[in-house]
Amino acid sequence: MTTALLIARRELRGYFSSSSGWIILAVLLLLDGLAFNAFAMAGEKKSFDVLQSFFYFHSGATMVASVFIAMRLFAEEKQMGTLVLLEASPAREAEVVLGKFLGAWGFLLMFLVLSLYMPVLVMVNGKVTVGHLFAGYLGLALLGAACISIGAFTSSVAPNQVAAAVLSGAVVVVLVLAWLVAKNVEGVLGDVVGWLDLFDKHYRTFSRGTVKLSSVVYYAALSYGFLLATAAVLGARRWRG
Amino acid sequence: MIEAVGVSKFYGARRALADVSFSIAQGEVVGFLGLNGAGKTTVLKVLCGLLVPSAGKVSVDGIDGIDAPRELRKRIGFLPDRPPLFPEMTVRQMVAYAARLCGLPAERVDRRVAEVLELCGLANVADDLIEWLSHGYRQRVGIAIAVAHEPKLVVLDEPISGLDPAQIVAMRGLIRGLKEKHTVLLSSHILSEISHTCDRILVLHQGRIVAQGTEATLAAGVSPPVEVTARGTMADLAKAEIHKLEGVSELETTDVGNGVVRLCARVASDTAREQLVATLVQRGLGVRSVSDAEGGLESVFLKLTKGVEA
Repeated sequence: MTTALLIARRELRGYFSSSSGWIILAVLLLLDGLAFNAFAMAGEKKSFDVLQSFFYFHSGATMVASVFIAMRLFAEEKQMGTLVLLEASPAREAEVVLGKFLGAWGFLLMFLVLSLYMPVLVMVNGKVTVGHLFAGYLGLALLGAACISIGAFTSSVAPNQVAAAVLSGAVVVVLVLAWLVAKNVEGVLGDVVGWLDLFDKHYRTFSRGTVKLSSVVYYAALSYGFLLATAAVLGARRWRG
Repeated sequence: MIEAVGVSKFYGARRALADVSFSIAQGEVVGFLGLNGAGKTTVLKVLCGLLVPSAGKVSVDGIDGIDAPRELRKRIGFLPDRPPLFPEMTVRQMVAYAARLCGLPAERVDRRVAEVLELCGLANVADDLIEWLSHGYRQRVGIAIAVAHEPKLVVLDEPISGLDPAQIVAMRGLIRGLKEKHTVLLSSHILSEISHTCDRILVLHQGRIVAQGTEATLAAGVSPPVEVTARGTMADLAKAEIHKLEGVSELETTDVGNGVVRLCARVASDTAREQLVATLVQRGLGVRSVSDAEGGLESVFLKLTKGVEA
């Protein structure tokens, strides 16, 4: 765990010292604020509905942020030739992957914290519960963790950051649109595809202020699965030939 | 202490290493010499646990690279041909990070970092960002991170690549200085570098070790080429029938003008060399000079790698 935290600290430092990290934060917060003003605050709405709209739009920004944050995790190190430092060290592949995931997730959590002023404004000027706020942000954090895990995996297999971003974006879109497929497939297969849905099936309940254990398990399992696959890709690099 | 036995490595159908075996004693500075594509980097990566060999095994202090890869990696510090450095970190932060990553206990890091910065001549740039450093300093930082966790074996892949003459001299001193506490294995395709820096040489060609030993022992096993200039004509030289002499091979003759000819040949022994000169004199050619045609290690290397099949 010490090694993972060491790697996470360095990763986080990498985000703060690169201009791309700050640009991602600034652009997405700006778009988020505009969307909040234009859609969530538009017309006469109850505070509950405003907050629900906020979490709806903010989930899009969170997914986009996750894809861009995660694209550099391994692809950049491969391009710069620094991955060899981790590969030649006694660190386990799992420690490397966990450390990088924690660094990227930590940066995403900072993005989420910086967006707090919007729901707090709703809270001050209207009537929403802390529970709703908590559930919404828990959902965003879990959704972000899943998207970063997908991004970590694609970053480990892609030759560069752009390819990693395109690949992880495609996987996220497929998982977000799984409900469309599920609607047209009958029986158990339809149920399975529907359950795999990243957004409609599992996130919407969080945005309404409800925490469902099955959705927490879904996001945790999805993240774990992709992180495990990333560790396997790193391990396989030693066997390449 | 460090042993490789029957190591082979395939990239698809292409064989990069073929049955490579060697051992290195503690405190030695050993050089892998080979042309580009000879397999130097592959053998170093296998040693460092970055690549799993297709066959054979490597061990450091009896620890097998397949059975205990993490234990093996703890004992090795590796500098690849491009130092793995994060430009946003200072030199001190980078060395400390590498030391912690490779398992040096936290309480020993500060002291060890200070020692390493001193050893590598980096104390004056310790708090500079790596992105500000010249190529030569970056190479030094690369060595610093390779030795930061006090490994038994330090593996350096082309450590002098891209350095200017002054930096090369400084780097030689630094590598020799590592010998006090570490065993050093380095690779290079630059003959003079290997000759200056290493106690022992392993010559790698087309994935095989074709010779190993000190520069002197390698040179002893190869008949040296000799160059003779003499007064006379090409016709006189042809009449002398030098090619029929025992121990003389690879004969080349040139007319350099003004009634002078030059002859290059490889001679198997001092006796053959004496016989060659005596024959020329007996046939009326006025011998003006006799000298070695090529420098020691270069000659040895060319001979060793000539005609060796993979």
